[in-house]
Amino acid sequence: MSIDMEQFHQVFFEESFECLDAMETGLLNLDMGAVDSEEINTIFRAAHSIKGGSGTFGFDNVAAYTHVMETLLDEMRDGRRDVTQQAVEVLLGSVDCLREMLNAIEAKEPVDESRVAEHKKSLETELNSAQSTTDESESTPVVQEAVTPEPTVAASIEASVLASPVVWDIKFVPHEDLLVTGNDPVRMFRELAELGELDVTINLEGLPDNLDGLNPEFCYLAWDLVLTADVGKDEIDDVFAWVEDECDLSIVLRDPVVVPLNNTDDTQALVLPEIVAPVQEVIAAAEEITEPEPTEESVEITDETTVIVAPKEKSAEKKKAASHTASIRVDTGKIDGLINMVGELVIIQSMLSLAGENFSTDNLDRLKLGLSQLERHTRELQESVMNIRMLPINFVFSRFPRLVHDLSLKLEKKIELKLVGENTEVDKTVIEMISDPLVHLVRNSLDHGIEIPEERLKKGKPETGSITLAAYHRGGNIVIEVKDDGKGLNKEVLRQKAIEKGLIADNAILTDKQIYHLIFMAGFSTAEKLTDVSGRGVGMDVVRRNIQELGGSVEIDSELGVGSTMSISLPLTLAILDGQSITVGDETYIIPLSAIVESMNMEEGQINHVVGKGEAFLLHGEYLPIIRLHEIFNITSVKSSNLIEGTVVVVDGLDGSRCGLFVDELLGQQQVVIKSLEKNYRSIDGISSATILGDGSVALILDIPGLIKLSNQ
Amino acid sequence: MESVKEQAFQEDKVKILSQFLSFKLGNEEYAVDILSVQEIRSWEPVSRIPNTPAYEKGVVNLRGDIVPIIDLRERFNLGNLEYDNLTVVIVLQFSFQDVTRIMGFVVDSVSDVVAVDSQIIQNSPNFGAKVSIEFINGLVEINERMLMILDVEKLFKLEGIDDNGDTESDKN
Amino acid sequence: MTTILAVDDSASMRQMVNFTLKGAGYTVVDAVDGDDALIKAQEQVFDCIVTDVNMPNKDGITLIRDLRAIPDYKFTPMLMLTTESGMEKKQQGKAAGATGWIVKPFNPDQLLKTIKKVLG
Repeated sequence: MSIDMEQFHQVFFEESFECLDAMETGLLNLDMGAVDSEEINTIFRAAHSIKGGSGTFGFDNVAAYTHVMETLLDEMRDGRRDVTQQAVEVLLGSVDCLREMLNAIEAKEPVDESRVAEHKKSLETELNSAQSTTDESESTPVVQEAVTPEPTVAASIEASVLASPVVWDIKFVPHEDLLVTGNDPVRMFRELAELGELDVTINLEGLPDNLDGLNPEFCYLAWDLVLTADVGKDEIDDVFAWVEDECDLSIVLRDPVVVPLNNTDDTQALVLPEIVAPVQEVIAAAEEITEPEPTEESVEITDETTVIVAPKEKSAEKKKAASHTASIRVDTGKIDGLINMVGELVIIQSMLSLAGENFSTDNLDRLKLGLSQLERHTRELQESVMNIRMLPINFVFSRFPRLVHDLSLKLEKKIELKLVGENTEVDKTVIEMISDPLVHLVRNSLDHGIEIPEERLKKGKPETGSITLAAYHRGGNIVIEVKDDGKGLNKEVLRQKAIEKGLIADNAILTDKQIYHLIFMAGFSTAEKLTDVSGRGVGMDVVRRNIQELGGSVEIDSELGVGSTMSISLPLTLAILDGQSITVGDETYIIPLSAIVESMNMEEGQINHVVGKGEAFLLHGEYLPIIRLHEIFNITSVKSSNLIEGTVVVVDGLDGSRCGLFVDELLGQQQVVIKSLEKNYRSIDGISSATILGDGSVALILDIPGLIKLSNQ
Repeated sequence: MESVKEQAFQEDKVKILSQFLSFKLGNEEYAVDILSVQEIRSWEPVSRIPNTPAYEKGVVNLRGDIVPIIDLRERFNLGNLEYDNLTVVIVLQFSFQDVTRIMGFVVDSVSDVVAVDSQIIQNSPNFGAKVSIEFINGLVEINERMLMILDVEKLFKLEGIDDNGDTESDKN
Repeated sequence: MTTILAVDDSASMRQMVNFTLKGAGYTVVDAVDGDDALIKAQEQVFDCIVTDVNMPNKDGITLIRDLRAIPDYKFTPMLMLTTESGMEKKQQGKAAGATGWIVKPFNPDQLLKTIKKVLG
């Protein structure tokens, strides 16, 4: 039966990449001072798994490469080798190399052999360096061991007795406990019988005299077998390979000259002394031959050190990103839940259609019941489907330990990375798009925020700086924070820089928050270029734009000398929004619930004219401006164009600015599906997107920050 | 003097036929490449969008997509007309750099589909047509009708939107 | 219907083993590690166990030892899948009660041949 192995390849690649991630995480977590043996074991198992799979599915080069890694790790887990920083770095590098190899193979592209060879060399160097007390036979890649002379003798014997049948005398005496390993002598006899003609004679010598003392689980029987078959001893050894320790076995080639069985000893001495070898050796030799060892790929090792440029990381990451968008792993439980829900829907649908067919006012209640059930189940189904696309933010966070590790080595700084809330779930599209901006922010903190160890000590800070990546839900948003305990932002310096660059007037009055936000302006950069820019040319302005494109916003908080915190706020999902419907004249708009602070009843006299803010009202001690939507949107159907009392919805611009929106009526709250205006039409200031209401009409979703900006103009 | 052979050759010359959908705006007839026509619908109420030119009437929900409805009469400054149940919306599609956009255009009425030998399409001289020359790709005469063939790409270029579809005020 | 419990923490290996054995007419149940296998082995009695050695949450050798302690599994054929070339692992396995082993990497035919040997 030939099986097409290719069908398993995809799963193999996926799980191998996961293993590589696990190895990387494990290696980064290794504490040289107190090595966690379970951690090493996990890393070993991951390498072992890749090796096993790659061998099985035919990726021999991968198997050979991984074998070296595995050997190194095996020695570490056994305690035969110390876990050193250097070894960890080499292993981390080989994880990268292996990732590239697998990426190339998966994409059916050529593998960079020279890089593989180079890395293998560094692995082998590490392997062969001190701190290894094993004998070479275990750790060096196994080469076919010299075959014992025995088979050749057998072969030559066979050749010489071709004329006469080859007969083997086999004495098989199982130990008592042979059966409890699930071995069955009959099985072995069956196998022998496949090789040729088998004669079995039972030997009852082992039976106890007193049958009452017989333990039914023990084997007391023995057999003398005569096998007439043109086979070598190794084939017979094979049959008994599993039970060599649990039996006494002698396999003797019968002298071509017919000799009665009980003269075996003499004939052996005369003719074939080498044949009778201790069973152990025989079995061992047979195994060396029969086991397919992963052979070394003969790869050319270049002598010159090849200079590897950064782009490799990019392509590996790109490939990874591509595979992320192509498929998604879903918990089968979630799928089962979905199937159940769809089943419920089908039932309700048929109930409704029945009710509809025989409609009469008596049926009305039935219909109503059905409809409300339909609503409930549809909502549940919707939530569940959305939930499928939700992934823990750890998918994004997971690349940072490595990044921080590598970068801090390069910058010669000591930095500890903390991850909080990695399990916070976020829509898949958000995960894909937030990764790059987040990398930039973390790089920034690493490069410009955290001071070098000496400086930190001088300031009385701990030598090791800390960066915390945190994620949590707040309202309808997910908040991702990048917090560092570095030197913080210097407001004066920022101000000056902005004035120099002509971005603000020199007498401009700015709040702290606004000063910090200067770093997001295009053309602003207070520090030298990052030393390890990956060539994407990402600036802070691009970061903010990317975040805004996701419907999010970013805030900065900082204290000079203490540290900075960047908070990115993103909608939990890009497709659905919880909104509050409002009317202004004949028009219906939707305000995202996440932007609403509260709604209140404005009474006559509460609106004041405040210098510099226009119309404003007092709320919790702060004057907030009023926005009249009919003015901004030129809505003529309003009854009154100068409301001084009525319903006001207080909204948050997500960058600190708040205001009150006068509305005619508050309708209901509902979840709406976000539809793009820009797809076929255009973007409108103050409007973020649109949705289709139940009656088929289109309602516009307000963009609160945009509205606030509009009203300020 | 054409030889008999040349004459015959001319008569057998292959016509390169293109099909156009013709429609009316007032007394004039216009046409658009049939390949750009997605569908024809009757007028239905639109949802208004604030702060847009008057001829951009609003948007409708077209099978889950938000599609703008443009009044061609108003766009071409041909004067207003009351919408009635004969008023028609031609939904056109246009692709630019792998992105396909859909827009609906309100016209007075739709005439028919005509097959035109594209070789006889004339360049439009500025003969004082009511519609601005930039929208017209060419003129063709068929059975004593004169059709002005519109440039769909130009139709899709709304005021204040650049080639990438970004509102010009975005660029800062 | 001959039932086999196939234990391996690698999904691709499980798929391959499952596919191969099912194709030959066996009924196969998968388990992802020793703990999972032990639970499943007690939900129904299998005719044969095929298990990887290196797994998290209870390795193959411990699994075999634990299974042997269950009366139903005293004589059940149990095979280890191992890549390790040394005798040590195999001896450990045997000491724990393994019937035999299959060396990785193996191809489907080798797997089938070995299973047939053991199950007849």
